Amino acid sequence: MREPDAQPFGLSVALRQDAPIPLDVDLSVAPGELMALVGPSGSGKTTTLRAIAGLYRPLHGRIACNGSVWFDSTAGSFVPARQRRIGLVFQSYALFPHLTAIENVMEALGDLPADQRRDHARTLLERMHLHDMDDRKPAQMSGGQQQRVSVARALARRPDVLLLDEPFSAVDRVTRRRLRRELAEIRRDLPMPVILVTHDLDDVTRLADRVCVMDRGAILQRGTLDDVMRQPANAKVAELLDLLPDEA
Amino acid sequence: MDWDALWLTLRLGVVTVAILIPLAMIVGRWLALTHIRGKGLLEATLALPLVLPPTVVGFYLLVAFGSGSWFGQTYQKLFGHALVFTFEGLVVASVIVNIPFAVQPVQRAFESIPPDLRDAAATCGMSWWRMIRKIELPLAWPGILTGLVLTFAHTLGEFGVVLMVGGSIPGETKTVAIAIYDRVQAFDDVGAGRMALLLLAISLVTIALSYIFTQRLGRRYA
Repeated sequence: MREPDAQPFGLSVALRQDAPIPLDVDLSVAPGELMALVGPSGSGKTTTLRAIAGLYRPLHGRIACNGSVWFDSTAGSFVPARQRRIGLVFQSYALFPHLTAIENVMEALGDLPADQRRDHARTLLERMHLHDMDDRKPAQMSGGQQQRVSVARALARRPDVLLLDEPFSAVDRVTRRRLRRELAEIRRDLPMPVILVTHDLDDVTRLADRVCVMDRGAILQRGTLDDVMRQPANAKVAELLDLLPDEA
Repeated sequence: MDWDALWLTLRLGVVTVAILIPLAMIVGRWLALTHIRGKGLLEATLALPLVLPPTVVGFYLLVAFGSGSWFGQTYQKLFGHALVFTFEGLVVASVIVNIPFAVQPVQRAFESIPPDLRDAAATCGMSWWRMIRKIELPLAWPGILTGLVLTFAHTLGEFGVVLMVGGSIPGETKTVAIAIYDRVQAFDDVGAGRMALLLLAISLVTIALSYIFTQRLGRRYA
């Protein structure tokens, strides 16, 4: 059931608790693999993501990444978020509103010598196709541009794991398509485990290698999208994936 | 014009702000983030000076500072004189009376920072202290400034509590507000009018400056 030490590389997560938020999660993501967590609101997707990031401490479980243990309830160890190498892209972007685009990215480069941070941040912004945007505040940018700054900031941590919390939910279709393309480029260049929380099956189809269907804190089924679509484990999975025929 | 009273009032305002604002930042931030049981009761207690008549607050402080109380006796033993009818007593009273004026705007300012920003700071690897300095304080600054100005302006005009705890000792506890009252009692309407006008001007300038700064900060972060 648990597979915490099964692989020295990649991410392995096992979370258990009954309250306050029920969780029963077991998953592992290999380097370069993108795992999508899908499920309705309140299914525990975001809580799982926050637990991996170190922003939420569940009662029981173990989280290990690339051989280092971030959380182990049995041993009582918990590495705080600021010490984990996590790139987290928030649904709200969570850009610091009083800082410019480049300053936002530089805040995640605190481990570099001060004189290298600006150049490095500029390189990351350009990689996200944000040219001449260095000195703009978030309020002066479009939703898609803010989203790219947010991704650049996440990558600035040189993360062991990239976590995306419904990153495309607030942008229009054209921007969404561009962002998906850019995410594919990032994955090609940086082979790290990626977890994408979404409720959009289109995102899953286009981006995910595997999918985890969650409900009420538990994983109902996991596998490739094809497998899950072809053989949903139960009626609930079929309902969540919208596979049931419409009732007349 | 009672320049001694004016100087004492300004000194009282500055000292009150210097003591209260750092405390308000600690308490206000804690109240903004905590979910402890009894938080409402605690907030209500801190807001009491807003609704209690100043004479009631002044009376309780007079009793608490007096030689009959444990606090008054301890203070007298430590410093060799009583706390009532001294500038120090006035400062302590002023700090207590101004708690809601300082804490509430600061608390609201910290509450208005989206929790995602604190989480983002953590995932960026920022230390707690750096997050406070680089993210929270700049964002909460308009609220802190409002608390500072309200405290200062309110201290300038405080009358009831000052009279109860400080009396009206020239150069020690006689503030402008009390000097105005004394002038009126002595039928010196011209003297009272001059001081009232000066107090009005200082208060207006202080509040106007805070509005200008707050607007400017608002634009900078927009």
